[in-house]
Amino acid sequence: MPAEALVACVAVVAIALYAIFGGADFGGGVWDVLASGPRRSQQQEIIGHAIGPVWETNHVWLIFMIVLLFTCFPPAFAALSIGLYTPLTFVLVGIILRGAAYAFRSQAYREARLSQFWGHVFGIASVVSPFFFGTCVGGLTVGNFAWTSPFAICVGLLAVALCAQIAAVFLTCEVRGPVRQDFRTRGMIVTVVLAALGAIALGSAALTAPHVFAALRQPQSLPGILTAMTLGFVVVACLWFRRYNFARIAVCIEAVAILLGWYASQAPYLIPGELTYAQAAAPPETLRAFLVLSMCGGALLIPSLWLLFRVFKNAPLEHPG
Amino acid sequence: MGTSLAFHYIFAAIGVGFPMLLVIVEGLWLRTKDERYYRLARTWSRVLLLLFAIGAVSGTTLSFELGLLWPEFMRHAGAVIGVPFSAEGFAFFIEAIFVGIYLYGWDRLSPLAHWLCSFPIAISGALSAAFVTAVNAWMNTPAGFRNDHGRAVDIDPVAAVFNPAMPTEVIHTTLAAYVFAGFATAAVYAFTLLREPANRYAGAGLRVAMLVGATAIPLQLVVGDVSARFDAHYEPIKLAAMEAQFHTEKDAALTVGGFPDDATRETHWALRVPYLLSILAFENPHATVRGLDAFAERDEPNPVPVHLCFDTMVGTGSLLLLIAGWWAISTRVGTKRPGTWLARALVASGGLAFVAMEAGWMVTELGRQPWIAHGFLRTKDAVTTAPSLDVAFYGFTLLYLFLATTLAWLLLRIRTDEDIQVPAGAIAKAN
Repeated sequence: MPAEALVACVAVVAIALYAIFGGADFGGGVWDVLASGPRRSQQQEIIGHAIGPVWETNHVWLIFMIVLLFTCFPPAFAALSIGLYTPLTFVLVGIILRGAAYAFRSQAYREARLSQFWGHVFGIASVVSPFFFGTCVGGLTVGNFAWTSPFAICVGLLAVALCAQIAAVFLTCEVRGPVRQDFRTRGMIVTVVLAALGAIALGSAALTAPHVFAALRQPQSLPGILTAMTLGFVVVACLWFRRYNFARIAVCIEAVAILLGWYASQAPYLIPGELTYAQAAAPPETLRAFLVLSMCGGALLIPSLWLLFRVFKNAPLEHPG
Repeated sequence: MGTSLAFHYIFAAIGVGFPMLLVIVEGLWLRTKDERYYRLARTWSRVLLLLFAIGAVSGTTLSFELGLLWPEFMRHAGAVIGVPFSAEGFAFFIEAIFVGIYLYGWDRLSPLAHWLCSFPIAISGALSAAFVTAVNAWMNTPAGFRNDHGRAVDIDPVAAVFNPAMPTEVIHTTLAAYVFAGFATAAVYAFTLLREPANRYAGAGLRVAMLVGATAIPLQLVVGDVSARFDAHYEPIKLAAMEAQFHTEKDAALTVGGFPDDATRETHWALRVPYLLSILAFENPHATVRGLDAFAERDEPNPVPVHLCFDTMVGTGSLLLLIAGWWAISTRVGTKRPGTWLARALVASGGLAFVAMEAGWMVTELGRQPWIAHGFLRTKDAVTTAPSLDVAFYGFTLLYLFLATTLAWLLLRIRTDEDIQVPAGAIAKAN
């Protein structure tokens, strides 16, 4: 296997983990804005409780992906940065405001109005960042970095819905009692929304970007897309039958399947029609050094992550608040 | 990007230096069972939460901005310097994980296990600073590749990391983080002591902070001296700008202060110490020191800001050393209360440490201009071609100002409260 393919595999793993953990994180913010009903404040409290210890870590995956891109595929990094300058700037503003708002809110608890203000900022930024991320992916797929094209906008919405779905399912594993039921209902509803958005995205591809539609129908991309569709049903079923841990596994596989389907539809291009992975790759010395480093880093990272999740994600809370 | 960097630099420095304070204060708590140390550790972990969050998002911003603002630089240099950046990524990963465990794990881990979790934060914080500084050192003394008409070929990432400027610059920058974190924290507690002499925590907080600051500052001056000697050999043009040395001369005098005039190529109102520059740079009073006239004008940095920043850095650094010495002697290394004037000086030392750190950074950045990677890529060739750059620039500056204001306001409201629950077995002590 050539070095750039191995690095691309590392990239897929990192993107998948970011989609799951970062997605759950963003989605938590979405549910924070959408918190409603008699248990509104308990819902927000559980979200805060779930995100607190892990949010920094969840977003380091993003930094890692960027670093990987500019180390191993420098021309692609330069081209993407120029082509997607505007949506990436929005993503960035969202990330800055989101992190700051989360920290500020947790420390401003004595002032109701201030913590409310930062709570709103946190929620809005949690929607903005995944939306523009989605438009970047969509724009990249359509070509010419057309991030405002109908398909790209659909992908943006899809990304927000996916984050919300992952978060709702994860949150059912964080707490027992009525709040868990709230997230169970939300999880089922958002899965339906996600399916509808997926259909609209495919439709918009068929109408406005036939080449994208054709790429998604290739034999290499179908397994991922079909798996994702099936798992959508599995997620709803698991939630319906209250098998929360299974729902969590299913939603992770679903997210990865969507990614792999998209990835396969793009291969071997990193930037469609312009740069393949092989063309964009840094010299082999750099790739090799990066791979060695990733192995050493991974050897430290995996036990640390295990410890983090062992300490904080062991058992759901019995009583919220 | 300069704004983002200057902003991030503050938080990065605290992210590196501050965990060291936590290691010490929680260790003292475990050893002495003095409840003041426990309450300080709990309070400081709230400070760390705010600072680390802002440091992390501003760091994420920077990794994006490398591409958004310097796509050409990254296109040329990414493959060479990406490896230390990746190593930094892993170090930061570990730091983020243990910060999460540390901040939220007070009631979930045994006291010893919790204390042990502060070590990976301090270590990986220092390592991530070291890796990032290695990149900056590479920009000063690029290595690990061959320049083939502006393209980097024959890349050796390991040699790029261990470039000539790396050792001195890494140590200098990491120590700067400890100096800054130590003196900035000391300033807060010195201020509290002045305002509320009866405050039970200020004395203990000041002691821990000064243990770090006063240990780091003398080391920093030694390393700084080594760096300057390094510059004399590897970055002579930067040294010339730092010392406002317009003309190449033997028996060179050290120019202290003064205002370099680029038009007349002279430095006005400066104090000149005969032979000292030759001695400092080459350990020989008669050595020849190359001035700016020894280099092509198009490769020359603007000596005015470089020299002024350099003297500011050295001046504030020396003042900090004096204050640290004063503190060590008059309080017997923190075992006695500081007098009013010492407390005032310590309050000032927080600002001085900040100025020293930012000025030092300006020296290395401005001293390298007009290059972004010395001898390889010029700054103007590296910048993005994307439109509406200034809109984004002002937008980000405003955003950062807003965040900094809120952050400062929130930080100032953090108090070491009596309502922090102290574990059983703690001993209450008077001041």
